[in-house]
Amino acid sequence: MTEGTAPAWAVVATPVLLTLLAMAARSGDALLAAREAGRPVTAGAALRPLLDIPRLLAAQPRRTPVLDRLLWRTGVLVVPVSAVLSVLVLPLGHGAAPAGLSVGVVWFNAMEVMTWAGLWLAGWAPNAAFALVGGYRFLAQALAYELPLMFALIAPATAAGSLRVGDIVAAQHGLWFVVWMPVAFAAYLLAVPAFAFFGPLRYPAAPDIAGGVLGEVSGPDRLMLTAGRWLWLAAGAAMAVPLFLGGGAGPLLPGWAWSLVKTLAVLAALVWAGRSLPVIRADRYLELAWVVLLPLTIAQALVPAVVAMAG
Amino acid sequence: MTLELVLLPAAGLFSLGLYGALSQQSIVMIMMGIELMIGGLITAAAGFWHFLAPTAPAGQVLVVAAVVAMAVEMAMGFAVTTAVYRADRVDMADMAGELRG
Amino acid sequence: METLVFGCLAVTALTMGWLVFVLGSMARVTFALLAALVCVGGVTMLLGLPYLGVVLVLMTVMEMVIMAVFMIAYMMNPAGLMPMSMVHNRYGAMAIAAGVFLALAAGILLVPWPARPAGEPPADTTFQLGEALMGTQMLTMTVLGLVLLSTMVAAIVLATARGRYDRYGDRLERRVPRDPAAGGTGGAGR
Repeated sequence: MTEGTAPAWAVVATPVLLTLLAMAARSGDALLAAREAGRPVTAGAALRPLLDIPRLLAAQPRRTPVLDRLLWRTGVLVVPVSAVLSVLVLPLGHGAAPAGLSVGVVWFNAMEVMTWAGLWLAGWAPNAAFALVGGYRFLAQALAYELPLMFALIAPATAAGSLRVGDIVAAQHGLWFVVWMPVAFAAYLLAVPAFAFFGPLRYPAAPDIAGGVLGEVSGPDRLMLTAGRWLWLAAGAAMAVPLFLGGGAGPLLPGWAWSLVKTLAVLAALVWAGRSLPVIRADRYLELAWVVLLPLTIAQALVPAVVAMAG
Repeated sequence: MTLELVLLPAAGLFSLGLYGALSQQSIVMIMMGIELMIGGLITAAAGFWHFLAPTAPAGQVLVVAAVVAMAVEMAMGFAVTTAVYRADRVDMADMAGELRG
Repeated sequence: METLVFGCLAVTALTMGWLVFVLGSMARVTFALLAALVCVGGVTMLLGLPYLGVVLVLMTVMEMVIMAVFMIAYMMNPAGLMPMSMVHNRYGAMAIAAGVFLALAAGILLVPWPARPAGEPPADTTFQLGEALMGTQMLTMTVLGLVLLSTMVAAIVLATARGRYDRYGDRLERRVPRDPAAGGTGGAGR
């Protein structure tokens, strides 16, 4: 099951699917915003943010003095590209992943760390104070979320005895990992908005620093960076499904459909929570992450390790 | 691919890093040179494992040791830079002369 | 095909490694080094060690971003907007580096390397590594762990200028330590 190779079209289908999920998340966010503001919740409200795509593509780019264009462009592109690359190791349902890497979990983690470089560059390169503050804020936040996230990723891999995402799905036959690894699941879900700099963890792009890393970027570059944000939110939701929610397991529907339904559910929960929670400062989040979450996730990783030793 | 083909770029990376470590004045730049040298070492170690002893795991362990050396070098380098800078407001190797005999 | 990919990675790594000591902007320098080390990770993956290659990429990205922060904090001219030379004994260093490269290259080309042994590499090299680290190479693993732990302690001791009397008061009378910045277990920011 996990040894088979995916059809060639999966390499195209997975990024397309991820993009659609990201657009769905953006529309859902717009609907929640409309409801909050008392505007009518209609299809038009959901589609309006997608009009940004042609608008930004056609917009005249704004420039700052003495900017570093090469690094800016690199940083802005790294964020969405790494999001797309990260999901190539995910199997859709019970099938094989487009890139059935034997170290899929580490691959996802490495691609997620790429956003460190991307966002710091996007903050540094425009030579603007608020953007730079945003870049540094992301690093502070990254130092906070990364270690609990790593231990949260290690827990299901330990239980499955493999770093291949397909093997982790197969190991959850009967009992989903979320049932006996709730702490790892919670720590993972807390890290997703952090690397997507979204919702309560949009500190690097917060309004108090005029948008931070998003403050100076304009035109197609802005489209890429904001797309990267939503793509990462979708990628994080998509990765939660094979890691903790049994992948494509479920009655009646085929595996790929269950994968999609579960991903959409996680994504909806993330978007809804992002709208409902206030922004948390990186120093407070760091304290929470290192003093509370890190010991908890280490203890959580111990559970599958002991089970694997005994079994 | 042959072993020689892998080892030559590894030697190139090592020599480039050596040049940087010897010629740069800033402590942080010296650390970059050392990183590059360790990069060359990792390439060579992976090459040796692949071409000479793929059945023995010790070659892989050598790569792990090199990666750990990289991390340790970074952490201690920054700690020393911070301590030197805090004491003397200096970030150049030439000016940090406390240990000069 | 493999050789072609390897050639691209090797040439990129060497070019980026050279740029590290040529470029003026510290941000560009750091990310040139990152590109070189990512190529090294790619070569490692290509040689059949996917775990070590991906871990190398993961680690170097984090390292280099942190390094950029330190570079910009300590260097006089971080953005490279004022061209200045920060080298000493340039030609001596060049001669030594060139000599080392020639010696290494001569060794590489002249040594009669043994032929590849008959045994095939294991199907899962990650498994091979893990088994070694938890079995025959346990001592190495333990030593590496201890080295990392002592590095953490030593780095914090060197980097911080504040001791417990700064945090807890001259008679260690404070129950909650007072720190200049929040984010730890101290009392700042509350």
